[in-house]
Amino acid sequence: MGGAAPAAGAPLVGANSSGGSLKALDGRVRILATAAFALATVSFSHFGPLLIALGGAMLVARLVELPILKTLRRIIAMDMFIAFMILMLPFTTLGEPLFFVFGFPASRQGLVEAALIGLKANAIVLMAMALLSSFEPVELARAMGRLGVPERLVHLVLFNIRYIDLLYRELHRLRTAMRARAFRANASWHACVSMGYLIGMMLIRALERSERILQAMKCRGFTGRLYLDGEERIQRLDLVFAAAFAAFVGALTLWEILSVAAL
Amino acid sequence: MHIVDGALTLPVIAVGSAITVAGIGLGLRQMPPEKIPAAGVLSATFFCASLVHMSIGPSSVHLIVNGLCGIVLGWAAFPALFVALLLQAIFFGFGGLTVIGVNTANIAVPAVIVYYLCRRGVVRSSPQVAAIWGAVGGALAIALTTGCVALALSFSGDEFIPAAKLVFFAHIPVMAIEAVLTAAAVYLIRRVKPELLDAFSAASPDLQPVLAAAPEASLRSTQS
Repeated sequence: MGGAAPAAGAPLVGANSSGGSLKALDGRVRILATAAFALATVSFSHFGPLLIALGGAMLVARLVELPILKTLRRIIAMDMFIAFMILMLPFTTLGEPLFFVFGFPASRQGLVEAALIGLKANAIVLMAMALLSSFEPVELARAMGRLGVPERLVHLVLFNIRYIDLLYRELHRLRTAMRARAFRANASWHACVSMGYLIGMMLIRALERSERILQAMKCRGFTGRLYLDGEERIQRLDLVFAAAFAAFVGALTLWEILSVAAL
Repeated sequence: MHIVDGALTLPVIAVGSAITVAGIGLGLRQMPPEKIPAAGVLSATFFCASLVHMSIGPSSVHLIVNGLCGIVLGWAAFPALFVALLLQAIFFGFGGLTVIGVNTANIAVPAVIVYYLCRRGVVRSSPQVAAIWGAVGGALAIALTTGCVALALSFSGDEFIPAAKLVFFAHIPVMAIEAVLTAAAVYLIRRVKPELLDAFSAASPDLQPVLAAAPEASLRSTQS
């Protein structure tokens, strides 16, 4: 992510797909559905409901036409990130040994727990990407505002969406200039000091930029209010999706509860 | 350093989320309307900084700079870092959703601690001494963050303790990098634009209840 050049036209924080057949789905429905799915999935402790949950996330990802390769790359990046913790679990959890690596016993319980965490993390991230990142980020921020998130926090999200991409390009230009002077971002003293100057300079430029933005906003009568017009109405697609999704999450939760009761 | 969904137990998630909600509340009080552009652009800058990778031998680490974030933003570091983690989780698939409160607390609590411990030294002393305070803040923030991650993991189960220890030791080089980097950034800011350090953290939220309670009035006064 860090070394990759920002592709022209594709913003860093932007919709990952056109939205497919769920394009018109309301932002509030997306947020609430993702939250319900995440809360239910994280509390499952059986493989059955978790596998179906992951399948459901895959289905929604297909419906919104997430780009398969790009999504897969991101999910695998996350899995690599958590791999070390998950791979240690079988060896650090007490239980009946299943196999040995260099004389260390890997317990069955640890293996099961590692698999459960991996499934949960993947299912939730995939569903979040499917429902939330296939949507215009600005619309998402507006939906947060309509769900009662404080105005100032929504403003902060909107500013981040607008300026992350712009500042990342600026950072990239500055780093290209550094690279042209044979700079390498290794962990040497010189590299750390140069990076510190780079970040410091970015912050100074950011503050100066924000002063100009504030003047421009004041000029247009900004008082901190967030204006949410009434165009975003709940449509039939929203109701159908919400009902189907609630049935899906409800059924999985029921399955989990019955599995726990059966033990 | 991000903890993923599924790894933590419910009480840990609840405590982390409560800390984050309280921190965001205090941070938002530091952000009257006329400060929103500055908070927005600065937090976007910190987001970009966290995408910078430094290579250590064969592997590479990404910057966190939460120490610098605390020094510059004070309590506003809480909402800024929360938004950064939220956007990363949604658009990059990094980190998790149910654990976002814990992950925010893990990096924002150290940022606020650094703000209280190092800010005076960074603002009041000469640029050279300020750089040393910056180095202390940069290293301390990472050390505290790994400590918070370790704490969150070990409260969730004893089987995570070896992983938590590994997280701590793996981050010792990161502490060194962030110490030097934060020192250099603080030195530059003190030399070039010291006002940056007063943009947010001029007063703690409890010292400015009037300003926070009447944001519109304060905006009007700056307009006139």
